[in-house]
Amino acid sequence: MPIPHPLTIILLAPLTAAILIMLVPRTSFLAVRLISAVAASITLVLSSWLCWLYLTTGMHGLQFADRLSWVAGAGISYFVAADGVSLSLVLLTALVILCGVFASWTVTNRPKEFYCLLLLLVTGVFGVFVSQDLFFFFLFYEIAVLPMYLLIGIWGTGRKEYSAMKLTLYLLLGSAFMLVGILGMYFSAERPGGGPPTFDLTVLSQARYSQSFQVWAFFLLYIGFGILAGIWPLHTWSPDGHASAPTAVSMLHAGVLMKLGAYGVLRVGFGCLPDGAQAWAWLIGCIAVINIVYGAYVAMGQWDLKYVIAYSSVSHMGVVMLGLAAFNEVAMNGAVLQMFSHGIMTGLFFALVGLVYEKTHTRDINAMGGLARRMPGIALAFTIGGLASFGLPGTSGFVAELLVFLGTFRAHMHSYTLGGVPLFLILALIATIGIVITATYVLRLLQRIFHGPLDEAKYGDIADAHTTEWVALIVLGLMLILIGVYPSPLTNLIGGSLGPMLP
Amino acid sequence: MIHDLYAQLRPELLTLGAALLILLVDLLQAPARLPAGRQAGRRWIGWLSGLLALGLVSVVWGRWQELSSPVHLWGGVVTLDRLGLVFKAIFLLGVAIASVGSVDYAARHFRHVGEYYALLFFSALGMMFMASAGDLITLYLGLEMATLSLYVLCSFAKDSPRSGEAGLKYIILGATASAVYLYGSSLIYGVAGTTQFRVVGATISWFGVAPGLIVGGIFVLAAFGFKIAAVPFHMWAPDVYQGAPTPVTGFLATASKAAGFAALVRVFLGPMLDASSAWLIFVVALSALSMAVGNLLALSQTDIKRMLAYSGIAQAGYALVGVAATSAVGTMATAFFLFQYLFTNLGAFLVVTAVGSTEGNDQISGYNGLSRRSPVLAAGLLVLLLSLGGIPPMAGFWAKLFVFWAAVNRGLYGLVFIGVLTSVMSLYYYLQVARAMYIEAPGEKPSVRLTPPIAAAIIICVLAVIGLVYPQPLLNLVHDAAARWF
Repeated sequence: MPIPHPLTIILLAPLTAAILIMLVPRTSFLAVRLISAVAASITLVLSSWLCWLYLTTGMHGLQFADRLSWVAGAGISYFVAADGVSLSLVLLTALVILCGVFASWTVTNRPKEFYCLLLLLVTGVFGVFVSQDLFFFFLFYEIAVLPMYLLIGIWGTGRKEYSAMKLTLYLLLGSAFMLVGILGMYFSAERPGGGPPTFDLTVLSQARYSQSFQVWAFFLLYIGFGILAGIWPLHTWSPDGHASAPTAVSMLHAGVLMKLGAYGVLRVGFGCLPDGAQAWAWLIGCIAVINIVYGAYVAMGQWDLKYVIAYSSVSHMGVVMLGLAAFNEVAMNGAVLQMFSHGIMTGLFFALVGLVYEKTHTRDINAMGGLARRMPGIALAFTIGGLASFGLPGTSGFVAELLVFLGTFRAHMHSYTLGGVPLFLILALIATIGIVITATYVLRLLQRIFHGPLDEAKYGDIADAHTTEWVALIVLGLMLILIGVYPSPLTNLIGGSLGPMLP
Repeated sequence: MIHDLYAQLRPELLTLGAALLILLVDLLQAPARLPAGRQAGRRWIGWLSGLLALGLVSVVWGRWQELSSPVHLWGGVVTLDRLGLVFKAIFLLGVAIASVGSVDYAARHFRHVGEYYALLFFSALGMMFMASAGDLITLYLGLEMATLSLYVLCSFAKDSPRSGEAGLKYIILGATASAVYLYGSSLIYGVAGTTQFRVVGATISWFGVAPGLIVGGIFVLAAFGFKIAAVPFHMWAPDVYQGAPTPVTGFLATASKAAGFAALVRVFLGPMLDASSAWLIFVVALSALSMAVGNLLALSQTDIKRMLAYSGIAQAGYALVGVAATSAVGTMATAFFLFQYLFTNLGAFLVVTAVGSTEGNDQISGYNGLSRRSPVLAAGLLVLLLSLGGIPPMAGFWAKLFVFWAAVNRGLYGLVFIGVLTSVMSLYYYLQVARAMYIEAPGEKPSVRLTPPIAAAIIICVLAVIGLVYPQPLLNLVHDAAARWF
């Protein structure tokens, strides 16, 4: 039975829940949590159903479109539609938010406001992934960024106010670059059929732009979206932000929000300005490799568990950007798969870090040890995440990174060379070093936390995860293995929709 | 003849009538002159004044329906058109919201409650003539009427020495600005041989731009720069805003600023439009400086009224971006900007009034933990601040988007870039207030006492800001007005 306006329902479910939560009395904690869980479940059920429908009925291109004119004179309309790339990221968001709702079950400080802001943020994230109107794309982007300030500022830990302000200002600086780029595209689009200017992304991606315009507009968009995707050297907000944020917010932020940046570069940058993308591919590729190696290297030197994971995100987002820069079908498919895989993986990591911290009251990995004996379930989930992190075969990380590196090796269409050797060949080689460093810090992390002697005096009475805490561990852990073993539904979903974005 | 004049000038004449009516009923009703603080029995005058102003807005709307093409009265001394009506609606809505919002404040701090409301109307009347001036002299008369009333209003709180200081500062600097305006006008008159806009415009298009005209125009621009508090003519704003009674500050920051823009549009996008190549650089500089300096200085403020004053300076810079576009789209964007700014900023000042009357001062630290003391008020202020910061989908975002859009259309990329960057910067200080309200602990502070009138005024402002998330209806109106103007 077809459901009308499925994407609008996905958008409205968390928004409605946020409004409902505002109306619930301050003391009914359970009602607040249940409303959030129901809304998150609705989005998960709907998005998995849409993915299934898209795959099994042989759909292609944008589907499930809803359109409503907003400011007719300026060519702004509420226009949502999804293709395979969007759907896979919507599915990711739904998975992470459901797990995030359960992971924050224990928030007792002003839970009403917490869940309200969390759901508002998720509405923004869903909105970005399904908007096909550049204007609404931007609008949802801001809705996804702003609640973060209060979420970190109120419920965070450590230097929370500093981190919250830094994160907000960095991301809004990014949006300033984006806005100028978007307005430029809006005015410079030369459409073969003519017609009034519009923000409709499907129209803008068909339009022609002059070469010089493409070059500077793509650069603006790359910086704007890149800040959110954590590109070096504009990544410094992300470790601070992730480390200070409460568990569910870290999960969403590293798991989903950073993907908004990469998705923006892919959809708007590569989709509309392919010549600009070609011109800057060398820069994106080089910075991506710096991200991979530098992020991993810094992660190796951290003692704070959250900072290790946060820097590993910086490193993994480099893999995504490298895949995009290679600009061919295999690498881009890998990049989107890496977005999905890293989203699940880092969501799992931050959920685990939250659990470990809640039980041990420390995030210093030197102060831990032998915890596997007290919390075998958490240790197992952590190990699965860790293995996926350095791309062990059989986990989703392997498939994604393999595709990215394979595609990068093959990226011959670029004319860039370094001493006669194709640049991307060199980049791919350096990037693989990052994998080795990743393996080093992940294994060191596992060893320090879960193995070795257990401090009985300190950790004698701690227990494994219980009830709602299992949800994130089981769902996300299983997803990592499932995609690792049987990736073809996801790669088909993504691959079938990349066509219009390829040169 | 009289009847015809009434038909044409209905909004103005009825505004005058409303002011006199308030004076009259105040006189008849007042048993004796009561000291400040014992005016509780006369709260209804505030409600009456609000209702009268709302009625006048509907009169303006009536005129809008009739006035499809411009009407020139008395040989062009007054020009009535739809663009003027947009501004008149802004002024009168400002009077309505400020009146209702100051019912309690007036009862507590003012001795002459009736005069207070009457002066608001007189000020609005002056602004209305500024918005439909067709002649340099009419413009001057309107300017003086509006500003003289505001001088008095600024020093209306007799129980506060700061209020008197604000009034004095404003009158000295305001008189200087008037002198500068008159000097500039005299130069224009000397070159063009007339004070009428239509003839000045014709002179420029026939004989080209004379140097004297440009010098005169720049003096006039400086006077308007004072009125809208644009850098470098902004010095008075923080002190006056801080000292004046808070509802008056709200009115001064919104309606009076809009009046300055109305005059600016009348002169520079009217007769001086053909000379835009000569003055555009000055408007661009005013705009860029206001955005940069206003936002920079706002960063370090600890008093919320001073912070909003600097924010208002920056906002004038954003509205000037629309003027710098020198196009119908730019005029539309500026008018839209000022319309939403009325609700956004006046609403913010009314929240400041409410919090200030509980706290006893206007320090930002007084907002600590407001989200737990008065959650609805805090959420309202958050919406207004986000709108000021230009966060989508609030009204302020659309306003900024439209002015930037108009400027990009004219190739003013540099100005847009400064605007976008400074808007990011501005979020820092708006978020500082959000931080105080949501993150800081409330301590022992009591919840803010809200009475029905000020609550109603704040709710109207917040709802208007949220309602403009769908900007199409208002945009249609201002677009129509701006298109007819060009």
